[in-house]
Amino acid sequence: MTNVALKNNNNTRRIHPQVFALWMGFLSIIMMFIALTSAYIVKQAAGNWLEFVIPNSFYVSTAVILISSLTLHLSYSSFKKGKEFLYKSMLVVTLILACVFIIMQYKGWFTLFEGGVDMKGNPSGSFFYLITGLHAAHILGGIAALVVALLHAFTLPFKPTEKRRVRFSLVLQYWHFVDILWIYLFTFLLFI
Amino acid sequence: MAELEKVHEEDILIEKLGYDDHFHDHHHGDKYQSNFINHYIFSMDHKIIARQFLITGIIWAFIGAAMSIIFRLQLGFPEADFQWLKPLLGKWIVVENGIGSLAPEFYYALVTMHGTILVFFVLTAGLSGTFSNLLIPLQLGARDMASPFLNMLSYWFFFTAGIVMFYSLFISTGPFSGGWTAYPPLSALPQASTGSGTGMTLWVVSLVLFVVSVLLGGINYVTTVLNLRTKGMTLWRMPLTIWAFFVTAILGILSFPVLASGFFMLTMDRAMGTSFFLSEIFIQGQALDRIGGSPVLYQHLFWFLGHPEVYIIILPAMGLVSEVLSVHARKPIFGYKAMVLSILAIGFLSFIVWAHHMFMSGVNPFISNFFVVFTLIIAVPSAVKVFNWITTIYGGNLRLNTPMLFAIGFVSMFISGGLTGIFLGNSAIDIQLHDTYFVVAHFHIVMGVAAFFGMFAGIYHWYPRMFGRFMSETMGKIHFWGTMIGAYAIFWPMHYIGMAGVPRRYYRFDGFDAFKHFTELNQFITIAAIITFGVQVLFMVNFFYSIWKGKKQTKRNPWGATTLEWSSPIEGVHGNWEGKIPTVHRWAYDYNKDEREFVPQYIPMEEGEEHGEDMH
Ligand code: HEM
Ligand SMILES: [Cu+2]
Repeated sequence: MTNVALKNNNNTRRIHPQVFALWMGFLSIIMMFIALTSAYIVKQAAGNWLEFVIPNSFYVSTAVILISSLTLHLSYSSFKKGKEFLYKSMLVVTLILACVFIIMQYKGWFTLFEGGVDMKGNPSGSFFYLITGLHAAHILGGIAALVVALLHAFTLPFKPTEKRRVRFSLVLQYWHFVDILWIYLFTFLLFI
Repeated sequence: MAELEKVHEEDILIEKLGYDDHFHDHHHGDKYQSNFINHYIFSMDHKIIARQFLITGIIWAFIGAAMSIIFRLQLGFPEADFQWLKPLLGKWIVVENGIGSLAPEFYYALVTMHGTILVFFVLTAGLSGTFSNLLIPLQLGARDMASPFLNMLSYWFFFTAGIVMFYSLFISTGPFSGGWTAYPPLSALPQASTGSGTGMTLWVVSLVLFVVSVLLGGINYVTTVLNLRTKGMTLWRMPLTIWAFFVTAILGILSFPVLASGFFMLTMDRAMGTSFFLSEIFIQGQALDRIGGSPVLYQHLFWFLGHPEVYIIILPAMGLVSEVLSVHARKPIFGYKAMVLSILAIGFLSFIVWAHHMFMSGVNPFISNFFVVFTLIIAVPSAVKVFNWITTIYGGNLRLNTPMLFAIGFVSMFISGGLTGIFLGNSAIDIQLHDTYFVVAHFHIVMGVAAFFGMFAGIYHWYPRMFGRFMSETMGKIHFWGTMIGAYAIFWPMHYIGMAGVPRRYYRFDGFDAFKHFTELNQFITIAAIITFGVQVLFMVNFFYSIWKGKKQTKRNPWGATTLEWSSPIEGVHGNWEGKIPTVHRWAYDYNKDEREFVPQYIPMEEGEEHGEDMH
């Protein structure tokens, strides 16, 4: 879609413009969560803050998303090495893990709610739902990207061209990003 | 003969000196230009998208300005009968004892919409959207933006945001009416005022769409600047316009997401019963069970965007003005490096001054001190820029045409409005001045009028680049003088009213003994506003008339400018240059150098020639 502009790549640069654009996108997502976590700290310092235990399914989901990053990476390197089967199968596994992550988050919210931590109640609960929910929205975006990658994998003939590698690496980097973002948010919610 | 005329000197030079990136304009089956819809509506060409932003911005400017005329009428003539506005405003004109006046709810709604529209739709999208799109690829020697597709999406998100906001003007409870800053609780409780219900819901939906548009645009601009410059275009050879758009885009990428977070929290307060921003509220004598939140938290989130936002508005104007002043003074810009560094300094400082909008919101006075200091420090890079602009035109052989007049007018406005900022930046003086007409005067002059002047300078200057024709100079000059005098006539008196303590956003003042004597002054302001509005209508006539009937551009480089956009074909071809693209050998400000009136950036250095300033 961008071939017109990108032909003009006479600057010796190491990084592909689309990858760079994606990084700028990360920057804005990071700012969004920095805003929320700083608001969290400020609010907590103001008192009237309910402490609660984070349900176990969030630990499970953390493990799941970490593994999914590994499987997607495996898929990517298999793609580059031309190992078609591993590439496709690991992509499928990643998609399944991604869905498991969402389900575990949902279970976690449910447990919290059952345990009396209501969105409407204390701000600590409201923040928890907001931050994890907004993160889940970004995971859904990632799932959409994975589905597209999957369609490419299963409908196009297997040919590891440069263009397809760049596209796949965009998906990969986004997925790593939302993974690391979750690790940050989870440790934040756990310890602060 | 006809064939000969078509050969442009620029083409020959670029063919000789340029760089071959193997670009061929695939005319057959070109998916970009295959039909009207792709070409003019869902276009991915940055030059078309620029015009889309500009024209949409102009339409919004008209709507927003017309609103201000309506509320100024009510303010200036509180006793008058406005039943003649009924065909336009319908039930928002309330008739009592045979006198029709503007419904107070709708007065607030108009003030709110005026602010929102002008700040976001006109001075953000209409200004930076237009000129970043037009100039970033052209001045850098790029074929287009890094991602033409995202660029197109950016415009259509903006367009959709506009549609949602426009729709909110017509709902029965009226648009949002709690001020452009949308402070809670008015914005957080649907039952708080008439505009707080559906009106506010639409407002927040519209602005979230708008944030998406800004982010898509900004990501693209930054990526293009860093990755798609032509050969030889080092960062230190970029025109100041590009520096300004670049820093503007970074500010947007860093600050708009924070606003989005604030909006998400606000939406949860509205729809899901949370209390992020609400605490101990009574409505109609009833205590709500929403406790534990803090409205000041919202203010922090809002102004963390809000202050960088004012620089998102003014920096592109500064960039355009720097360029226009240098071209029409036929002199290199004075202190190019200092200009770049002050853009960067302003960009950085703009993130650590936001609480100067909250001195009176109950923030800790010790924290206020921190913000006072950094606020006052911003005056330093601002003053550096002003000094350099003045020095640039000093002793120059000025062409006083319309773009130049507006550029000089910009400097005047920026000085006047910047000075009042220094007063407001002192938290002690702000106790008296906060939320008065002094603030209104300050930001209208420094942001509203100055940014408009920068935009006008840009429009008149780059009009041929956009439409291949010129706007009328006569109408342009009337437009300039009318606006210059009119704007001072409107906003200068507001400083006095503000110092006397008249609060902003009130529906009428004649009931207060302390403010009664301002009635005539208020009328004067209203009349000045109406006249100035008329002058803007003249501008619109000139703008649209000239698209079809303006004087035709014959030379590619009518102003004798050095930057690359003037070397590409007048018609504006897909990919910007046919054949090769120009390469760059010098900075953008070689005017009156070694007996040469100007030397375009794509001309190689001569044997023994020195670079301008200390660019190497
Ligand atoms: C030397 C530079 C400046 C200083 C020290 C300064 C200082 C201030 C302060 C302290 C306020 C808050 C006043 C109050 O609400 O009580 C203020 C308001 C404002 N300033 Fe400035 N300012 C400066 C330049 C600018 C520029 C360049 C712009 C825009 C391009 C701008 C736009 C605004 C706006 C929009 C508001 C009011 C927002 C609102 O409450 O609705 N200022 N300024
Ligand atoms: Cu400010």
